[in-house]
Amino acid sequence: MNLNAWLKSNTYHHSSFRDLRALVEAKEEAGLRISLCIPTLNEEQTIGKEIVIFRSELMQRYPLLDEIAVIDSGSTDDTLKVAASFGADTYLASDILPDLPAKRGKGENLWKAIYQLSGDVIVYIDADIKNIHPRFVYGLLGPLIHRPEVKYVKAFYDRPLAFGQGIRPSGGGRVTEILIRPLFSLYFPELTAIVQPLSGEYAVRREVLERVPFPIGYGVETSHLMDVYSLYDMSAFAQTDLDQRVHRNQPTRSLGKMAFGILQSFLSRADRLGVLKSDRELETVLRQFQVQDKVFEMIEHQIVEDERPPMETVEQYQQRLAEFRAATTPKPRKGRKNGATS
Amino acid sequence: MEQDLSQLLAKLPEYERAVRTMNEIILANLVLLSEIPAPTFEEAERRQFVLDRFIEFELDNVSTDQVGNALGIIKGSGGERSILVVAHLDTPFDRSIDHTVSVAPNTIVGAGVGDDSLGLAALVSLPLLLKQLGLTFKSDLILMASVRSLGRGDIEGLRFFLDNRSMAINSGVCVEGVRLGRLSYASIGMLRGEIQYRIPAEYDWTRFGAGGAIVNITDVINRILELPLPRRPRTSIVFNRIEAGGPFNTTPSEATLQFEVRSESEAIVRRIERDLANITAETASQTGADVELSVLSRRRPGGLPFADPLASLAREIMTALDVQPRITPSTSELSAFIDQRIPAVTIGLTVGDHYNEEHEQLEIEPIGKGLAQLVGLLVAMDEGLTDEPERVA
Repeated sequence: MNLNAWLKSNTYHHSSFRDLRALVEAKEEAGLRISLCIPTLNEEQTIGKEIVIFRSELMQRYPLLDEIAVIDSGSTDDTLKVAASFGADTYLASDILPDLPAKRGKGENLWKAIYQLSGDVIVYIDADIKNIHPRFVYGLLGPLIHRPEVKYVKAFYDRPLAFGQGIRPSGGGRVTEILIRPLFSLYFPELTAIVQPLSGEYAVRREVLERVPFPIGYGVETSHLMDVYSLYDMSAFAQTDLDQRVHRNQPTRSLGKMAFGILQSFLSRADRLGVLKSDRELETVLRQFQVQDKVFEMIEHQIVEDERPPMETVEQYQQRLAEFRAATTPKPRKGRKNGATS
Repeated sequence: MEQDLSQLLAKLPEYERAVRTMNEIILANLVLLSEIPAPTFEEAERRQFVLDRFIEFELDNVSTDQVGNALGIIKGSGGERSILVVAHLDTPFDRSIDHTVSVAPNTIVGAGVGDDSLGLAALVSLPLLLKQLGLTFKSDLILMASVRSLGRGDIEGLRFFLDNRSMAINSGVCVEGVRLGRLSYASIGMLRGEIQYRIPAEYDWTRFGAGGAIVNITDVINRILELPLPRRPRTSIVFNRIEAGGPFNTTPSEATLQFEVRSESEAIVRRIERDLANITAETASQTGADVELSVLSRRRPGGLPFADPLASLAREIMTALDVQPRITPSTSELSAFIDQRIPAVTIGLTVGDHYNEEHEQLEIEPIGKGLAQLVGLLVAMDEGLTDEPERVA
């Protein structure tokens, strides 16, 4: 595929979809039901604003979203209470499909959203965005609503550095540029057209979500791209420029752990897809150093990129799907719901 | 008339309930507006947000005037009277500060949320609120987000509109975010100004008493403090800001003092202005420095008397909502109405903390009462309940 042509036809700016009235009309014409999932873990500082903005702008004023759900990994702060007080549906991930062995991680929440939420499209938005705005949602939904062949829309952002004029590099964060982009360039060159493969905001059709496995930790975004690319090709992807995203900055040591987890997912996925064959079992310990009183101390982190299978292989899901299809009106579903509903 | 008033007061709880059903929309407007920086003279982006909301709600005559005010009209059935509702677009905060707002279940925190993003949020939410309540008016309701209100803006936006309007304005409401219970219907005499002290480059530092700009601006302050101020009419001078100084090893050569003179008497404000001019001139001659007095803005005292029907009714509406009226003279938008002899009030919508600081905090719950009083006032104005007999058109 000609990547420049793909970039031209499948890369958008959120402003292309700012006419929300038209977008809602197109959504209704397409007969789509859309769910928003916000995965959380101790996000009481930012979750309230996200819910207020999305419910007001994208449910009450323009019914672009049919449900807004917070799926939480077990926060020890008031994340769920705050989210419920502003009218979100709130769930504990462990209460969804409780018969399955428990796992904990962002990917787990995203995976369980497929079971819990009834949308034909699910939009995933991180909860730690300080400058939240409706564009984060409608910018991702626009390509899916207008183009049936598009199945997976990724966000990318402007990350301004101290460049006064001329050309400046545009792309992802440190892990993207140092790890993911070189890996994709080596083994999945077409995927390098995705500007920010690790962005935590994306909108995906259910038919795709239920077919792909979900690493529950750091590797979920990377493995999604590889799996969706293998199932379809680049024509299934689109990406939207959402301008700036203000969020917490991660220290380098945390990025090291993140890179280690992503690398595990990448290698196991590449092995499964036959891109990179290896008989060797991957190690799961990351070693980092810290210095105290001029003494170097080795810190070991056990990082196992556990994974959930494609949802369509889960027995309970087939029954759930039948419920979704039979339902003519949205109704509360199995799994404990904490707090108010929309 | 009595019957009309009691009917109106009885409706206030219904207005309050309607506001509460719209809480999310009001809060979302507040967040989205607050996060758009709008220092005075740089209100364009915020204005566009307001205009988009007005257009979305299909208000009539949605437009921007020559100075940049955003306007929209909810047409009344009568077509003869009009009420102007105004909230200002600009904030006292520079673009460079963090404009991120945070929302907790009971509070909202951020720069400028109370001054006057909440007023603006109320303004852009008002058409929907009136629709939800099924309220229609005989008067045209002119909604205006005004530019250049604060500081050196000196209410230029509202003044321009009132000076150049093509329609009669029968009454006005200035909507401020804080604080609930505030009721202003009169203005006191006021003069805001600054004294700039600059030591020329060729200054002779060996001269007797040459202590630098900080020493000399302090002398100016001391001389101002020696001015006799009457207890009646009440008069005060407030020093608002002082800028001076530099690194070690240099003698400061510049200083700026900003102040505000307030008095119930315009003649006393003028007298103090003359005194300040004398102090400035004398300091220049004694120190050999360039000392300049600039007047940034001034207000004339005036407004409605305590017993005026609009003032009385505003108090009754507040009391009926269990809000304790706090009568305070205004030096803001209200002055522009007073100068044009248009009966008007300024009200606040909620309470909070850290007013005019970067982490200004507003309470969410009282907004219900705040907006209910606004709707009550508009209904009263429309029904003519606030008219004095001689004011009736």
